[in-house]
Amino acid sequence: MQHPTLSLGTIDYAILIIYFLFVLGIGWVLKRKVKGSSDFFMSGRSIPAWVTGLAFLSANLGAQEVIGMAASGAKYGIMTSHFYWVGAIPAMVFLAIFMMPFYYGSRARSVPEYLKLRFDEKTRGFNAISFAVMTVFSSGISLHALARLLELLLGWDYNFCIFVSATIVLVYIFLGGLTSAIYNEVLQFFMIVLGFTPLVYLALKDVGGWEVLKQKLIPVATSQGFAPGTWSNSWVHVGSASSNPMGVEWFGMVMGLGFVLSFGYWCTDFLVVQRAMVANSMSAARRTPLIAAFPKMLFPALVILPGMIAIAMHQSSGGHFLPLSADGSPDYNMTIPVLLARYFPAGLLGLGFTALMASFMSGMAGNVTAFNTVWTYDIYQTLRRSAGKAEPSDGHYLAMGRFATVAGIILSIGAAYLARQFNNIMDMLQLVFGFVNAPLFATFLLGMFWKRTTGNGAFWGLLGGTLGAALFHGLALSAGAHPGIKGGWIAPEFIFHSEMAQNFWMAIVAWTSCFTLTFVISLLTKRNKTDQELVGLVYSLTERPKADVEVWYKRPVVLGVIVLGVTLILNILFW
Amino acid sequence: MNFDLRLPIGLMFSLFGAILVIYGFFSDKAQYARSLGYNINLDWGIFLLGFGVLMLFLAFKGRKES
Repeated sequence: MQHPTLSLGTIDYAILIIYFLFVLGIGWVLKRKVKGSSDFFMSGRSIPAWVTGLAFLSANLGAQEVIGMAASGAKYGIMTSHFYWVGAIPAMVFLAIFMMPFYYGSRARSVPEYLKLRFDEKTRGFNAISFAVMTVFSSGISLHALARLLELLLGWDYNFCIFVSATIVLVYIFLGGLTSAIYNEVLQFFMIVLGFTPLVYLALKDVGGWEVLKQKLIPVATSQGFAPGTWSNSWVHVGSASSNPMGVEWFGMVMGLGFVLSFGYWCTDFLVVQRAMVANSMSAARRTPLIAAFPKMLFPALVILPGMIAIAMHQSSGGHFLPLSADGSPDYNMTIPVLLARYFPAGLLGLGFTALMASFMSGMAGNVTAFNTVWTYDIYQTLRRSAGKAEPSDGHYLAMGRFATVAGIILSIGAAYLARQFNNIMDMLQLVFGFVNAPLFATFLLGMFWKRTTGNGAFWGLLGGTLGAALFHGLALSAGAHPGIKGGWIAPEFIFHSEMAQNFWMAIVAWTSCFTLTFVISLLTKRNKTDQELVGLVYSLTERPKADVEVWYKRPVVLGVIVLGVTLILNILFW
Repeated sequence: MNFDLRLPIGLMFSLFGAILVIYGFFSDKAQYARSLGYNINLDWGIFLLGFGVLMLFLAFKGRKES
């Protein structure tokens, strides 16, 4: 089959245009509310929990989620759900219950600023700069993926797509700041859910329902040399790396993905944590990740299931459902577009297509708002103060925030053109997260729960962890890959079954080196903060937030237990 | 204080719902072969309209209370 082409009718364009009018309209209305820098960067800490919760989820719904998860659903089957039921959900619960009190309670304006309060300036600087680079890349990847998709499906010009999407994101953030980004993320959350639900319904109905789908997935597995149930069992086939298409064994999966990568991402990545930090109360901040967790655990049905259906259809049609890439394998990234083109008539197609476009743009917007905050507060303000300059007016920082928004967008465009040469978006993102995020969670864990952790320990541990990741990357390679960007550039000493396994193990190595180094160096160096200075920043020195004053369904621990319970049931159901 | 987000959500989905319902009524029924014979525009349009109106109702209720 050729690449699908979507032909949008008048009604589809009408829906697309109405959506973007609402997006820009929200920015326009919020412009009047932006009176100072705290409104622009932190929404005046006035957002209710349901909004921050859905935005928390939606900020992560960028390129990697919708297209990438459907692609992984086709490529790996239901095992992809480990990204949710082993990875994201436990990490979100941990963030809500154990970490949010310190983020919110410390009144830090960003994650790097927490590191400054807890440790020192150099630890913050390291995190702020690496994070800023990462947001620009992620934003650029979202932008690139969107433009490429539009080019392919609609024949639109790549440069034109980049320009239009970047401009829309720029305008609404420039006007309304973080609130605008958050509001639009919630809007986009509903677009995704309401736009894709009928798609999944129709596709599942067409394939014959869940039981028939499981039958049809058997030849998908056996034709690739795996046991029959590999595509429809999430846990049965993770005993060894060679028995599942991810090429990962359970330990690498649970530790690498579940513990290191997911906790590193959900608990320390400012892009998502920022949404919780601007909630209107401590209680709302702690509920944010939990409110996000409920839809999150059902998302596999929306994003992974379509991939599973598509590959089943591809197999039973004799390879005529998904388009083929140059090497003859199915082009997994085309899963969602193929389904949209196949099942949606004009009208609903507009809704589904708009939802897809929205997901890329909000992924980009999330990165841009995180970037402008970190740039302005953690890099620019810090440099100004250390140069001994007089504190400027608040308007100065507001102007800098808007300037950083423009700069962030321009850098993203540059990154988008750079990203044009990489094929698998998901794997590349994982690689970047591995270098930067994986060691970071060790720093936070020690910093928040061990008051003896010193600034020097944190900084050198973090640096060591990142270098450890890079070193490991230089020594490891997945089977069949060429040394270079994929790893093994020093010498391919360790060969893994898949790139994913290599990434998971790199994360484990990075985390362990950071944890060990931070621990040892902290014991060898003097504490740079007194107990008094660490109140509100370290677990043992901070009073527990009083949750018992609230009704039961607002208590983080109660919600957390429910979330974990349901997740456990899902794991067992699809074992 | 920011405006109630339920307002634009409600407005937008009511509008989308109404558009799809009207289109579902008047469009050529032959195109619904691809959606397995369902007039999915009409069906889902009704649902979106309901969702939109519910959001609007909650927004107005919230405004009255505050």
